Amino acid sequence: MEILMSILIGFLFMAAIYLILSRSLLRIIIGTGLLSHGTHLLLITMGGLGGKNAPVLSEGVTDYVDPLPQALILTAIVISFGVTAFSLVLAYRTYKELGTDNMSLMKGTEDND
Amino acid sequence: MINLLLFPVLIPFLFATILLFFPKKVKAQRIMVTIGLLLSLISAIMLLIKVKTDGVQAITLGSWAPPFGITMTSDMISALLVTSSIIISLFVVWYSFTSIGEDREKAFYYPAILFMLTGVNGAFTTGDIFNMFVFFEVLLMSSYVLIVLGGEKVQLRESIKYILVNIVSSSLFVITVGYLYSVVGTLNMADISVKLATIGQSGIVTVIAVLFLVVFGIKGAIFPLFFWLPGSYAAPPLPVLTLFGALLTKVGVYAIMRTYTLFFTTDVGFTHELLMILSIITIVAGCIGALAYFDLKQIIIYNIVIAVGVILFGASTMNENGMLGSVFYLIHDILIKGALFLLIGIIIKITGTSDLRKMGGLMKRYPVLAWSYLIAAFGLAGIPPLSGFVGKLLIVQGGFEGEYLWQSIFILASSLIVLLSAIRIFIYAFWGEEKGVKDISIKTYRHLLAPTICLVIVTVLYGIGSEYLVPFMTDAATVLLDPSVYTDAVFGGVK
Repeated sequence: MEILMSILIGFLFMAAIYLILSRSLLRIIIGTGLLSHGTHLLLITMGGLGGKNAPVLSEGVTDYVDPLPQALILTAIVISFGVTAFSLVLAYRTYKELGTDNMSLMKGTEDND
Repeated sequence: MINLLLFPVLIPFLFATILLFFPKKVKAQRIMVTIGLLLSLISAIMLLIKVKTDGVQAITLGSWAPPFGITMTSDMISALLVTSSIIISLFVVWYSFTSIGEDREKAFYYPAILFMLTGVNGAFTTGDIFNMFVFFEVLLMSSYVLIVLGGEKVQLRESIKYILVNIVSSSLFVITVGYLYSVVGTLNMADISVKLATIGQSGIVTVIAVLFLVVFGIKGAIFPLFFWLPGSYAAPPLPVLTLFGALLTKVGVYAIMRTYTLFFTTDVGFTHELLMILSIITIVAGCIGALAYFDLKQIIIYNIVIAVGVILFGASTMNENGMLGSVFYLIHDILIKGALFLLIGIIIKITGTSDLRKMGGLMKRYPVLAWSYLIAAFGLAGIPPLSGFVGKLLIVQGGFEGEYLWQSIFILASSLIVLLSAIRIFIYAFWGEEKGVKDISIKTYRHLLAPTICLVIVTVLYGIGSEYLVPFMTDAATVLLDPSVYTDAVFGGVK
């Protein structure tokens, strides 16, 4: 199971890097979304996929999933959500001000602002 | 007062939260932010004294036993860094009163600074690797706000790149923490240190060490990963640039020093040699940049890169003098970069440009500015009574002791280039015919000069009084060189 997950995560990273290296700003942000999905899946895989029951305390349940990676992922999800929201608004604002979403045009000196 | 080490993190956070309530009342904002920073400074100094007398302070939140809760640990290096980051913020805020402009002040400028300080101090104080990630995000989020606040075109353009680089490096941080967790099964830094020591030399640990170097190298701007820094740092207004230049890269440097002295000590032959090679190339790259530009901001920005290289070289030698030197140099660099950025800020304000070729002859009309710039420039290069000397001396001494002859010669040669680049600014801006001088009101000039000169005086005192600082620095270097002091403090605290 871990092998399968690793391959999937590898594909997610591949797609994310491909998108981040593209020109359009929106593709880049989609790439960062995929990157964070891959990251979170990696966290849960690295914690081990063993265990049968959800980590909720109830009677007669002894075989738990490791609860720590889940807490880490929850933290990482909200953080990346905040950052993504910020970067989307920034991208919107940049598009309005600069009139382009092409990263290769967003360069230059003081003169060609 | 067992909670003392949390105060430098909590007080800025508390005041930032309070400041969110009345963004339009600029005067009240100014007063509150000053009070908040002064209180944090007092608590930081008390913490410094406490750590000096009682040794490493550690507290596990919620009274859980050490590896299970989040541990906050304050050893000497983190106490020193916390104190100097609060000092820098205090001066930057004082400087901002006259330079940042009311529009930005009304748009949550001071809360953003305080939240960033919370993140910086938290990252310096934490004893938990995932908690460090969270504090990194706190400071990065506030830095995104600060870099884009005002919404000029150049800011928008550069902040997109800055945010993108940091999103990628944050993801990489989480990935690395995931790998580390699967190897050791713990997140507490002291516990990781103990567990990694029992695992010993293993391939995967070295891989994780290199991944951490990549993650923190992006934050701290080491050689192949500093590409984002020159563009992004030139975009925001000067007080923000000062704050970034003095603090943000140093958090990355601190994290590298921490992980490479606490965790990855089993395969020093590979990891630390890699760190050393990269730090030397970082210095070379920084030197090239510092000489290449006629732009005031870029010259000092590339000097940040050089300093990062010098500090990491000292840390990578892993001997007593090298480590002591890099602690000295780390604090020196925070203070002197703050002072230099504030100084060039005044020059830019007077001339209205950051191009060296369009200015000249400021000496006659602004002698105080000129002389304090000269003192700061000499301090940066490390001329003996001033602040940069002791650190670099010890780093080079450590280099020679470790028989890294060529590398140490590189460090010495880089000082010359640092001096050249800083003096070039002095020659272009202050000597020669007067040109490009706009009249700014004497009141504005004085208000900008006051915090700057105070900061220059602080750096001079840091240089002259380095003898009194030696016991503090030695404590810091001891903890870095001997991880058992750190782990004992964490596990000895709760019994």
